[in-house]
Amino acid sequence: MFKQAAWLGWEMDSNWTEPGLFLIYSIIKPVAGAFILVLMSFVALFIGTGNPDLGKSAMFAYLFVGNAFFIYVASVLFGCFQVIQSDREWYQTIRYVYMSPINFYTYIVGRAASKVLLATIATAVTLAFGVFALHIDLSMSLWDIPLFLAVMVIGLLCVVAIGLCLAGLSFLTAKHTHGLAEGIPGMFYLFCGVIFPLSVLPGWGQSVGRALPITYWLEAIRRLILPSSQIAQVTTGLEQRDLAGIIALLLISTAFFFLLSILLFRMTEYLARKAGIIDMTTNY
Amino acid sequence: MTEPGFIRLNVRALFGRSYPRVIGGTRELSWIFFETVLPILSIAAYVFIYKAFLPPNPDQTMLDKVNSLVGYVVIGGTMTAFWLNVLWSMASQLYWEKEVGNLQLYMMAPMSRMALLGGMAVGGMFMTSTRAVTTLVVGVFIFGVVITIGNPLLILAVFFVTLIALYGMGMMFASLYLLYGREAWNLSALMEEPIFLLSGFYFPVKALGQTVAIGASVIPATLGLDALRQLMFPVSGFGTQFYFFSPELELAVLCVLAAVFLVLAKLSLGYLETLAKREGKLTTRHQ
Repeated sequence: MFKQAAWLGWEMDSNWTEPGLFLIYSIIKPVAGAFILVLMSFVALFIGTGNPDLGKSAMFAYLFVGNAFFIYVASVLFGCFQVIQSDREWYQTIRYVYMSPINFYTYIVGRAASKVLLATIATAVTLAFGVFALHIDLSMSLWDIPLFLAVMVIGLLCVVAIGLCLAGLSFLTAKHTHGLAEGIPGMFYLFCGVIFPLSVLPGWGQSVGRALPITYWLEAIRRLILPSSQIAQVTTGLEQRDLAGIIALLLISTAFFFLLSILLFRMTEYLARKAGIIDMTTNY
Repeated sequence: MTEPGFIRLNVRALFGRSYPRVIGGTRELSWIFFETVLPILSIAAYVFIYKAFLPPNPDQTMLDKVNSLVGYVVIGGTMTAFWLNVLWSMASQLYWEKEVGNLQLYMMAPMSRMALLGGMAVGGMFMTSTRAVTTLVVGVFIFGVVITIGNPLLILAVFFVTLIALYGMGMMFASLYLLYGREAWNLSALMEEPIFLLSGFYFPVKALGQTVAIGASVIPATLGLDALRQLMFPVSGFGTQFYFFSPELELAVLCVLAAVFLVLAKLSLGYLETLAKREGKLTTRHQ
């Protein structure tokens, strides 16, 4: 069932267009997003120091890597919560899928799987551009590769769990796909030290960031793939924790969000069914 | 009952199509949170990028420079709201109307299709203004952006001509999207970040280089944003090195763009209607 949902997710996301064309669409978007950061950093360095050498800027490497891996967050979150709204409002097929024997929770995870694949390609392209065109120094020892893969899997599970929480909430809300698509990743973008260190935020903002698992996921990734000399130049706001502590926090928060996603999804599904709004339409 | 005249009919159609967008927003109050508060978060993130590059003990000159850059992001964030509305609620709208079965009703109705698209544009501008104003207010009060209003009439002229040109572009896309069928969704998605990049939504467009910036000027937001930034941040702290053309020249080009896009919208709608009559499958769904 998961496999069928994943294939359906690919077809629906691409809107049944040519796979190659859809792949290009899917890569151009995040790469253009990375270019925006390149230009912003260039302007900031030019104005601040008169020397916009991005390759030598530890801050730029910090934000570029954070942004590259954030592609997963934006893409997979959207992949989860838009399932409810697109099936309900756009294709108006939710009642048929809902009545079919597939578990709806599994269906959403399957639908999001195609987003993981596309995000992996887009992240790889973005990182390759950073290394070859902008001379960002990435380095990882062979011994760190299994740890890096483990961190990726835990982080992705966490993102999917958060996406399922949002999908559950989407049962009860009107058609807010674009608000959610911009806003929820925007919240993580702002508070999780993605494109600037936590230390730049005011105190309360740093506290919010420390409560969110994405912060620890991105920090662990940076410590694994950026040279320690570069990490040391940036006041990240998480210096007091070692890598093991960061990964432990990521594991605990992932477990928490996984349980929350099951509870919240079941509760909102029940409430939507009770209110008779599983297949409502709110198009304007 | 007498039939309304041509103008009255089209004005009524315009109001009729803008009505659900204006009233829909007030009936679904959660919309205010999702469409105004949440999107500000990602704009705030861009603001903090510039702050992150600040040296540890910045002097007043450096603070002025950063104020201008933060202001650039706020103005860009305001325009983002309109661009997204143009893409998702104008350009894609006729395609969506086809998919939900309304397009044939629009085609059979006696009013001009331009009045229909005009109604969508007016309603869309109203809905989006809430988000745009919120972004501006947050920029001024939360991020402490200092805006200088030296020539308010020119600012208003640039803003409204930019909107007319943008929505004219959206009206033109609306017909083209119908022809491209199921690529419509992907086309809109494709015109988000790449256009934010090319039009300099979060940085001065001249940083892309003169040639690329001139090419990007075909998108009305490029010149509109540059002119608004020049007019609202005349003392930018980093001089005029990132200014493109003069605001007056940019306004003149925007006027031309607005006229061209509206004419092209009318022509492409006409072509679409001809095609609809000739092939008889324009309203066939899921193509």
